[in-house]
Amino acid sequence: MDYVLSQMSEQVTAARANFRPVEIVGGGTKRFLGNPLSTQSQDKAIRLEMKALSGVIDYEPNELVITAWAGTPLQEIEATLAKENQMLAFDPPSFGLGSTIGGAVAAGLSGPLSFGYGPLRHYVLGTQLLDAQGRVLTFGGQVMKNVAGYDVSRLLAGSLGMFGAIVQLSLKVMPVPLRDQTVLFAVDESEALARCAGLRAKSWPVKAASWLPSAKESGGKGELAMRLCGAQSAVKEAREALGGDLLEPELAGQWWANFRDQKTHFFAGQPLWRMAVRSNTPVLSLGDTAFDMGGEVRWIRTDREAQELRTRASEAGGHATLFRWDGEQPVPPNGVFQPLGATTLAVVKRLKDEFDPKSIFNSGRLVAGL
Amino acid sequence: MNATNDLLDAGRVETDIDEILHALNTVLPAHCILARREQMRPYECDGLSLYRQMPLIVVLPETEEQVRGVLRACRRLNVPVVTRGAGTGLSGGAMPHAQGVLLGMSKFNRIKHVDPLAATAVVEPGVRNLAVSEAVAHLGLYYAPDPSSQIACTIGGNVSENSGGVHCLKYGLTIHNVLKVRVVTLDGEVMELGSESPDAAGPDLLSTFVGSEGMLGVVTEVTLRLLPKPTLAKVIMASFDDVETAGQAVAAVIAAGIIPAGLEMMDQRATEMVEPFVNAGYDTSAKAILLCESDGTEAEVAEEIARMTAVFEKVGATRTQVSTSEEERLRFWAGRKNAFPAAGRVSPDYYCMDGTIPRRRLSEVLQAIEEMETTYGLRCANVFHAGDGNLHPLILFDSNREAEVENAEAFGAAILELCVKVGGAITGEHGVGLEKINQMCVQFGRDELDVFLSVKRSFDPDGLLNPEKVIPTLARCAEYGKMHVHGGQLPFIDLPRF
Repeated sequence: MDYVLSQMSEQVTAARANFRPVEIVGGGTKRFLGNPLSTQSQDKAIRLEMKALSGVIDYEPNELVITAWAGTPLQEIEATLAKENQMLAFDPPSFGLGSTIGGAVAAGLSGPLSFGYGPLRHYVLGTQLLDAQGRVLTFGGQVMKNVAGYDVSRLLAGSLGMFGAIVQLSLKVMPVPLRDQTVLFAVDESEALARCAGLRAKSWPVKAASWLPSAKESGGKGELAMRLCGAQSAVKEAREALGGDLLEPELAGQWWANFRDQKTHFFAGQPLWRMAVRSNTPVLSLGDTAFDMGGEVRWIRTDREAQELRTRASEAGGHATLFRWDGEQPVPPNGVFQPLGATTLAVVKRLKDEFDPKSIFNSGRLVAGL
Repeated sequence: MNATNDLLDAGRVETDIDEILHALNTVLPAHCILARREQMRPYECDGLSLYRQMPLIVVLPETEEQVRGVLRACRRLNVPVVTRGAGTGLSGGAMPHAQGVLLGMSKFNRIKHVDPLAATAVVEPGVRNLAVSEAVAHLGLYYAPDPSSQIACTIGGNVSENSGGVHCLKYGLTIHNVLKVRVVTLDGEVMELGSESPDAAGPDLLSTFVGSEGMLGVVTEVTLRLLPKPTLAKVIMASFDDVETAGQAVAAVIAAGIIPAGLEMMDQRATEMVEPFVNAGYDTSAKAILLCESDGTEAEVAEEIARMTAVFEKVGATRTQVSTSEEERLRFWAGRKNAFPAAGRVSPDYYCMDGTIPRRRLSEVLQAIEEMETTYGLRCANVFHAGDGNLHPLILFDSNREAEVENAEAFGAAILELCVKVGGAITGEHGVGLEKINQMCVQFGRDELDVFLSVKRSFDPDGLLNPEKVIPTLARCAEYGKMHVHGGQLPFIDLPRF
């Protein structure tokens, strides 16, 4: 891989010298995410193809750590782990074949299981970064606990490439639970939220809780799915207490994959907003809604103004993102993500200037103007 | 270990104490300012008492507005600021700056809000770690990270150090249990990092801030994730007749798909040291013991304890004993949590190290530490967060003997360098502070250290927050490299030298 890396490094230094933007591309399945590059920079952009860096570098199941090149397909990682009865507990979505592990980490998206297991950033242990000077820098490592220096690895998770290209990473992995059952409840949004209320304060092994409106019936009907993962006895006790209809393992697998990877009817409509809110936020009534994370993430199809959605999200302790839109709609003038406060923005701007002074990497994609 | 003076920046302009006092008096009531030597004496060091330094002035603000005022004044007058919680840190991170203000956050001690349904708590940084769990116990909730110093250490300090504890294998470090922090920057501006929702807009500054050792901003409020308190917990004490088998047992538990609530190892020297002090009931005839905890519902614990016991017996434990009551469980843990004070009882001084290693290198590392005991002529007891590869060798020495002090420091440095060599890190949870600043040159290349300086500048462009800690300068690494010539070869050959 040294040869591939040095070629990439040359690409970056050449781009920098020629003032050309660099677009970092993994599997290309999440290119819709974030602020679009201006047409002008798109024409000039050099594409840094991460797929050339592929393969698992080190995997010791007993250490609960996997290290891989960033361009390794997500499927390959998941298959490698499954052989040892382990998994990526943050449940990364993949919006099409070819998603890479580097892309998953750079996008920072976690799936339904992160309700119980925690988000992606909790699982990033180490990274190697190809920076704007063409250097390969190493942060963190393969150990669970490491407080030497600042946690740059976790800063890179979810940064959408704004600080450079992640070329290698080490992730903490988890054992597959002994028991994994899914139960369904035919309830409307408000009832589904009520059933999720207080889940964080209870010791039920509910690792995911998501609600989808019905495709066929109108009038607010829908399906709440809860995924119970843990020891045999814990899952059994929770099943008895929570009720619901048990879903066959195969159907359960499909249900979660369809929801996580947005393959169901609901996600076909655009524009699609993602609102992250605090626990126990009531029904928002902003448009057609599905929810994940026990209600802490609301997927909303709506034509409402960005400003209104952002205000509502802020009031609920979170933020709103225009997640998918068709090419014809204008993107909000300050970008698809909720704008940062002035003090935070000043810090982020200085970070960008330090890491990437000519702003060549994925310019403006995460933070408009940077 | 008279490393203090050379760490201070000799180049800083001499500050006018009257001018600083005047500026502080305009933003703080008089009772919040301590400037007499006898008042300031308690602040001259943190838990690493080998490093001591009197500050210029100590301030103990009571409101966020006062913190903002202090920081603005310090910035205007170019005065360094060192923030301090309870001062229980073990790496000198809260050691004052001779020309600086020591900013004590002890008066920020209110739990502002608890949301029992969402299982979150909003607390001020001076609230003690254990006080959070005590305050929410009636709701069936608790705050999971439990560093050994939890009766005294504060949440603000935990955020600064990314503290762990004996239960972090299953429940994570501070970073995994903090949702949001409210931070005052050196220019007196306020920002919130993270959010009450699952994520926040923009790059993840919260993760960078947690564990930043007071160098990026001053925390005035923290939103914590609370967890439901398991109905039951039991611990297995397993004995092994050599350390290697104990190490294999740890790997076997993980391989069986179990993530224990706690998984600790103590070697024989540690159990022999602790037992007379705590009467924990440890098997002192064993070369190593493991403490392995299971928590959850009654059925869950019974199921897991049975699986764990089977694993230990299969690997070759000479004895296993399951706690039969909550009292006994706490006694087993009391021994582990009191390992440091117990070391203080059998030796005039001890030096606690904090390296992490991949677990598979355990026996090799412990073997090497045993050989170092001969090399440096000092004894070393090992306690070990086995589940997550975090070693705490306790080097026993006598500070009245100059040679022993030097040897202890060299012994410690050698252990940390060994940790880096086998793929680990120089600190798992105690932080770099002043203590391990030299080993940062071993852990990281110059390019990475420069990136840390970039991060520092981005949050604190004036470089006044806890300066001269954590990130070594180029000159320091070059100097340290010269002192450590391995096999006739200079490390960091690519470094420019002065």
